[in-house]
Amino acid sequence: MGFRRISGFTAAVAALALTITGCSAGAESSAGEGGDSARTDLVVAHTAEPVNLDFTTTAGAAIPQALMENVYESLVRIDQSGELQPALAKSWEISDDRTTYTFELQDGVTFSNGDEFSSSDVKFSYDRVTSDEWQNTLKSKMEIIDSIETPDETTVEITLQRPSNSWLFDLASLVGAVFSEDAVDDLANQAIGTGPFSISDYTRGQRIVFASRDDYWGEAPALEQVTFQYFKDSVAAANALRSGEVDVLGNLQAPELAGEFESGEDFQVLEGTANGEVVLSMNNAEGVFADQTAREAVLYAIDEQTILDTAWGGYGTLIGGMVPPTDPYYEDLTGVWEHDVDKAKELVAEAGIEGEEIRFAVPSLPYATAIADIVVSQLEAAGLQPKIETQEFPAVWLDKTFTNHDYDMSVINHVEARDILTVFGEGSYTGYDHTRIEDIAQQADEGSEEEYVSGMQEVARTITEDAAAGFAFLFPNLIVAKAGVQGLPENFVSDSFPIHALAWG
Amino acid sequence: MARYVIGRVLQFVLTAALASVVVFVLMQVLPGNAAQVALGTSATPEAVAALEAEYGLDRPRIVQYLSWIGGVLTGDFGTSYVTKAPISPVIFNSIQVTLIVVLASMALALAVAVPLGTAAAVLHNRPTGVIISGASQIGIAIPNFLAAIILVMVFSLGLGWFPSSGWQAPIEGFGGFLERLVLPVTALALVQAAILTRYVRSAVLEVMREDFLRTARAKGLPAGRALVRHGLRNAAIPVVTVAGVQLATLLIGAVVIEQVFVLPGMGTELVRAVSNRDLVTVQGIVMVLVVLVLLLNLIVDLLYSVLDPRVRRAA
Repeated sequence: MGFRRISGFTAAVAALALTITGCSAGAESSAGEGGDSARTDLVVAHTAEPVNLDFTTTAGAAIPQALMENVYESLVRIDQSGELQPALAKSWEISDDRTTYTFELQDGVTFSNGDEFSSSDVKFSYDRVTSDEWQNTLKSKMEIIDSIETPDETTVEITLQRPSNSWLFDLASLVGAVFSEDAVDDLANQAIGTGPFSISDYTRGQRIVFASRDDYWGEAPALEQVTFQYFKDSVAAANALRSGEVDVLGNLQAPELAGEFESGEDFQVLEGTANGEVVLSMNNAEGVFADQTAREAVLYAIDEQTILDTAWGGYGTLIGGMVPPTDPYYEDLTGVWEHDVDKAKELVAEAGIEGEEIRFAVPSLPYATAIADIVVSQLEAAGLQPKIETQEFPAVWLDKTFTNHDYDMSVINHVEARDILTVFGEGSYTGYDHTRIEDIAQQADEGSEEEYVSGMQEVARTITEDAAAGFAFLFPNLIVAKAGVQGLPENFVSDSFPIHALAWG
Repeated sequence: MARYVIGRVLQFVLTAALASVVVFVLMQVLPGNAAQVALGTSATPEAVAALEAEYGLDRPRIVQYLSWIGGVLTGDFGTSYVTKAPISPVIFNSIQVTLIVVLASMALALAVAVPLGTAAAVLHNRPTGVIISGASQIGIAIPNFLAAIILVMVFSLGLGWFPSSGWQAPIEGFGGFLERLVLPVTALALVQAAILTRYVRSAVLEVMREDFLRTARAKGLPAGRALVRHGLRNAAIPVVTVAGVQLATLLIGAVVIEQVFVLPGMGTELVRAVSNRDLVTVQGIVMVLVVLVLLLNLIVDLLYSVLDPRVRRAA
């Protein structure tokens, strides 16, 4: 309780700080503008910092965000509109039985340590994903591979055990990164890839400096140097933008600060989409919410629009299901559970859970604590008794809630792309009865493109209709930058924060 | 004198040894484990167990303790299993930042507090003295993180004189180093100066009432010279005690200031290591902090004997 009071106070002071400085920032920038457009370097502030540079053994979004597409490349990549594009593969063909992919590779590609890139590097890297060298559990995305052949230097043939509509998309994520065989000994501290940038300086916890490569195979990046500067605290990052030490806030985690930047001409605020579904998860397997009536009561009780407006300043999108609008099988499910307090009260009585204690495990993250407060008041209005238990993130939340499933209700942003089958699959902390969707999902993945879309829509609808969880909103990708910055990756739809197109206008 | 010094040093060594055991045991009871945090939201129990074995977390506790403390004694704090890099350079780099900030702010605080406190004592029944006392009272009430936020608001965001955050090592450019040092040092020093001013004032007031000072005056010394020659050394003893304790507080208080100004000091490293469940790093940093605090106490104890012959003789 004491904690919350302090942070509210800090926010108030910060807001005051921003009002005070509104005038001086304008005066400075007229002089600074001319200087900026000639600059060949740029500093991006991020709040999630990588603990090391090795995503093959360490989970978390911060490492691929910095390295994928910038340092490491895959055969394919996902563009800003969520479409697949060629990367290290110039083109590819898929066999009639849809199990064999023949990739034709780019010529003249080198790694940043000078090694030549060829088909054998692809085979080496992808064989390595399924070996014990990889500990990141996302590696399971590559288990579908049956064999990898390299008929010549620039051709790779990958055969899958069964047709899959999702595999090529998965390949664009970090599991598709191509490494040089000679440069995998110290991945935690040294990243050698084929991408447009190499890392010229890495100070753990503070910054990563990317230098553009003269020998990059593709179009050269506009900037010579891009720095990712890491801040624990959004307010400190926003201050740094105001005082000119950084040029871009990569993903603003404090939407209340965005408004201040929106007024005036010195800064631009971009609101794009991302893959993060903020899930109000309930333990389907045990306790109060093993009963579907009880879960339905919760879904009638919560009002997602109010949650979004109050907790996250209205930035974000209502989804009603586990699929973001950028995915091919998106369907608007917001109408399935209308906000209806009377209906919620009825169901609470029917399930006999009035006054029963509900353990609400809230990870210590800004969005989670903000959302939890509103959810609690909405549930109380329907006669439920949620009790907030704040858990330190990541360590305690991962241990108690995610791994040991010792909770009734929680709230977390699931950021991975196309993660519906992991979050509601076998062994997941949601405890959802995965047999309800397993066969539909398998058939969809093996079927034609149309069957894939309709099958996955059915999966998503089933999960929502079973009241498996609440879906608060789709997390926005808020980027704040100096007005002169161009080529910002507005949408966060892949693993990466691509810096290739960044430029000063 | 020698016996006094040896006794104090022995006490220091024993306390440090005991502290190392306490630190190690405390780490064991922290909830959450490193293997799990490393593998994240998609880990299987088998993968976690395999990684624990790789980290050596499945060995008996006593073996883990001995291998750790053995390394520490030779200056090797081990390798972090989260960052996969050696910990000693992390501690070496961050301790410089913290010590520079803490010592600079203590120096600044003393430079402000000694003259102000003395003036407040000498002029205690005049308006100047009352104003100094009042101002120091207010200074004590301001938490240093608030002072930090206000300083950033005014001098960085408002006037644009200093950067709002960041650190530059002196080797990378001395101007940039000083520029980034000003606000965090001032934020820490403000509160310290206020606290120390009050102690200096009361110590000097006390001394002014002593018989030996009246004797000095009676023998013809002017008030100012009597105070400087005989008074200040006597007033220094309580001030040194408080400054020693405050220095330890500063070391810990720097954690917050480092967060506000995004300084790569021990506090920042500690917070990061705790949230990553990087226990080996946490152990290393906490151990170094404990030793630093004990060392400070030792130095304060030894300073007494320099300042006050009675301490020497009593031992």
